[in-house]
Amino acid sequence: MTAPPSPSVAALRKEFGDAIGRHVVSCGDTVVYVSRERVHDVLRWLKETPGQGYTYLTDITAVDYRDPECPLEVVWQLRALDRPADLRVKVALPAGQPLEVPTVWDLWRGANWLEREVFDMFGVLFIGHPDLRRILMWETYAEGHPLRKSFPLRGHFSRSEQTRQALAGNPEAHYSLEELSIAEEYKNLPPDVRERLKQGKRGFVE
Amino acid sequence: MGLSELEPGAAGSPVVSAVSPNFMTTSLDFLANWARTGSLWPMPFGTACCAIEFMATAASRYDISRFGMERMSFSPRQADVLICAGRLPFKLAPVIRRVWDQMPQPKWSISMGACASSGGIFDNYAMVQGIDTIIPVDVYVPGCPPRPEGLLYGVMLLMKKIRGESFTDDLLRQEQTIGANGLYLPPDRIDELSEPFGNSVSQTRST
Repeated sequence: MTAPPSPSVAALRKEFGDAIGRHVVSCGDTVVYVSRERVHDVLRWLKETPGQGYTYLTDITAVDYRDPECPLEVVWQLRALDRPADLRVKVALPAGQPLEVPTVWDLWRGANWLEREVFDMFGVLFIGHPDLRRILMWETYAEGHPLRKSFPLRGHFSRSEQTRQALAGNPEAHYSLEELSIAEEYKNLPPDVRERLKQGKRGFVE
Repeated sequence: MGLSELEPGAAGSPVVSAVSPNFMTTSLDFLANWARTGSLWPMPFGTACCAIEFMATAASRYDISRFGMERMSFSPRQADVLICAGRLPFKLAPVIRRVWDQMPQPKWSISMGACASSGGIFDNYAMVQGIDTIIPVDVYVPGCPPRPEGLLYGVMLLMKKIRGESFTDDLLRQEQTIGANGLYLPPDRIDELSEPFGNSVSQTRST
């Protein structure tokens, strides 16, 4: 006997209709398939609707099934912290179509690095992401997206070429953009805090 | 030798006897190597589980201080031995090379564990297949991870190696610079060092 699906599935079908595809219950977890066009609305609804309250984004990942028709699925793992309850939302990306899904960075700021990781490892583009760069591999990495099934285990290049490209990398370069973003935030600080920081003062704000 | 053993001089002040053993003769090589073996300052480059064993080696039970490695140098400028404890991903390759280049001569390096020495079980796209493709290595310590005794044996082997060094050998202290091809070794040598072995020989580069 399988466990009943999460009541959120029925609520989602009532709210979004055809945008909700099939659902499965796997090891007690409910997995619901959503159309790519509506996934952002679905996730926002799941987060903001009272009674759903999936306020915590546990993870974003993707799975390569080596399926000729539908090779890639993007996965959002949600959790409602007050109940608690879990829900897994999936979008299947059919072959021949661009690997694009909308970003959820506007709903959960923590999605920033998760989406960068999925982009780095699978090549999925998150439309609307503020800073979609590689995060695990270095930024000039040219061999592709390593967690695709079509990616050979040892990479495409020879070991000497990989070593040459790695040594050509500039270790400081990984931090410069980070520092730039901190500098950007500096402009948004209140004027009195900016003044105190300029004078090198730390500690309590009077 | 106490003061009472000194012979009084003509003016009553103590004079060192001609037969007093207050000096010795030795070779400069022996003296320098003796001093160096007794005060190796390690630069720990711990990236994985080998670093846990390294910490155990440094802690009281195995106590690496007994070998003159009292001071962990977390600055490469004041270090003698780079101990790479753990696997090295390609992303860290320029970092360990920078650390190695910042260490002043004389300097040595120990590759601790299977991953640092050969890539170990990580024969994949992200991992350097042996840090000897990035920096020169003096002693390889096998094991996954090596026990503290293993690392101490490696340290003692390094000391033995240092005792055999000579000032007349210019090659020992020569700094290795990056070649025109962007590597420190010939490319075919790196490919040879990175050849798959063990279970990974059946995995091919093509899909």
